[in-house]
Amino acid sequence: MVVTATQERTPTFFEEVVSATPGGKTNLELCLQCGTCGGSCPSGQDMEHTPRALFAMITAGMKQQVLSSNTPWYCVSCYYCTVRCPQEIHITDLMYTLKRMAIKHGYYRQSTAADAPDFSQTFIGYVENYGRSFELGLATRYHLSHHPLDVVKMAPMGLGMWRKGRMDLTPKKIKSIQQLRAILEKARELGGEA
Amino acid sequence: MKYGYYPGCSLERNASAYHKSTMAVAGPLGLELQEIDDWNCCGATEYFAVDALPAYALVARNLALAAEQPGNGHQVVAPCSACYLNLRKVDHYMGNSPELASQVNTALAAGGLHYSPGTVKVRHLLDVFVNDLGYERLAEKITKPLTGLRVAPYYGCVMLRPVLDGTFDNPEYPNTMDTLMATLGAEVVDFPLKAHCCGGHMTQISENVALELIYRLLKNASEYDADVIVTLCPMCQLNLDAYQDSVNKYFKSDFKIPILYFTQMIGLALGMDPIDLGIGKEFVDARPALAKIGVEIPVEEAAKKKKTGKEELPMPRMPVEG
Repeated sequence: MVVTATQERTPTFFEEVVSATPGGKTNLELCLQCGTCGGSCPSGQDMEHTPRALFAMITAGMKQQVLSSNTPWYCVSCYYCTVRCPQEIHITDLMYTLKRMAIKHGYYRQSTAADAPDFSQTFIGYVENYGRSFELGLATRYHLSHHPLDVVKMAPMGLGMWRKGRMDLTPKKIKSIQQLRAILEKARELGGEA
Repeated sequence: MKYGYYPGCSLERNASAYHKSTMAVAGPLGLELQEIDDWNCCGATEYFAVDALPAYALVARNLALAAEQPGNGHQVVAPCSACYLNLRKVDHYMGNSPELASQVNTALAAGGLHYSPGTVKVRHLLDVFVNDLGYERLAEKITKPLTGLRVAPYYGCVMLRPVLDGTFDNPEYPNTMDTLMATLGAEVVDFPLKAHCCGGHMTQISENVALELIYRLLKNASEYDADVIVTLCPMCQLNLDAYQDSVNKYFKSDFKIPILYFTQMIGLALGMDPIDLGIGKEFVDARPALAKIGVEIPVEEAAKKKKTGKEELPMPRMPVEG
């Protein structure tokens, strides 16, 4: 029997990445490998792979290497690459997708930015419970579990923030927190791969 | 001119000086800012990194609340660049992708809400000052020009980028805040890195990478002899201000450049009391720079915070339920 392109098959890693990036076309298939992205990136020198290299690896199906790279986590979301890309690839959005996929598959633990997902997850934990972010809780909970020695180093800044009236000791809670939780719960249910 | 106002979490506390100065200058300049009732966090750069659809739904709740609140002319002003981007981006992507819009609305329906993309126009606070109020009308209100103060306008990233359906300034070499500062009478210095990144949350992920990014900005502004860096984003202010001491230690530098918000500069040019503009909340003391334009802030005033007498470390506490 002849295998046709229309038959069901496992999606390639490239297709997985594209379909997990919501909001319209990513243009990833148009990448010319010109390197404008890496050349524009403020933290490119600290990345294990430039965005250009990472995109070539995605096309080559190197899933594990891509998802354990520190590159997405060192993306600072400045969108320089995105506005400069001659092919209008949604590079920053693709980095967000790779972060989500790295968390889902657990590969980020092998990366030099292994703590980064926990920072994001601690942040959203406060948002889900209170509806607002909570800097002091975030800083203490995240650093106590990842860099306990840094808590001592950060203490003067924390004290300074408090003295200057720039830090709350308790999180603020929105009135309709139940409504927000119901919305987020439904979204998680629908979310699936994305 | 009436607008919905989305302050965002930073302006509630860490960037309270931005909120305070915005409120102080808005009224006298004829801008009416009506806070979106019971708004929630925009998710910053964190939520999109963890779970996409809940991140979109989180932001869309704010758009839905803004759309149904009467009297704001369906315009929402965000002073924080990250909030501005997230609100704008979710609106834009929902418009681009009917599938995303439908999923987000299914989620919103679980909370009795709905949002039709394009209903609310999201604006950055700077946009409102320069385009709705305008330089000329602002110039008429100036009583105390900032003559002699060398100002480096710093725009950061996400107010300018991505472009989405258009921005009000150049994404790589913006100029609106330069013109605004010149209107206030300040001497605007060239600042080639004015649209470069402050590192965002990188201080928490990899501090050395972050300090390098902050160092480049401070070095560049100091090479052009800036007395003050003026910003429009709470994250930029926090990084350049609160981490300036860490940068100095790490790079053995000696920067002492105060980081103020553009709304504080407007207030000073309108002759307002610096304390009413939240000046004194910055880590790097702004007094020596502001003394150049005859603004004096008594030390006691600036330090007059409620003192408990206790010097122990602040620890997080949970709110009382009820």
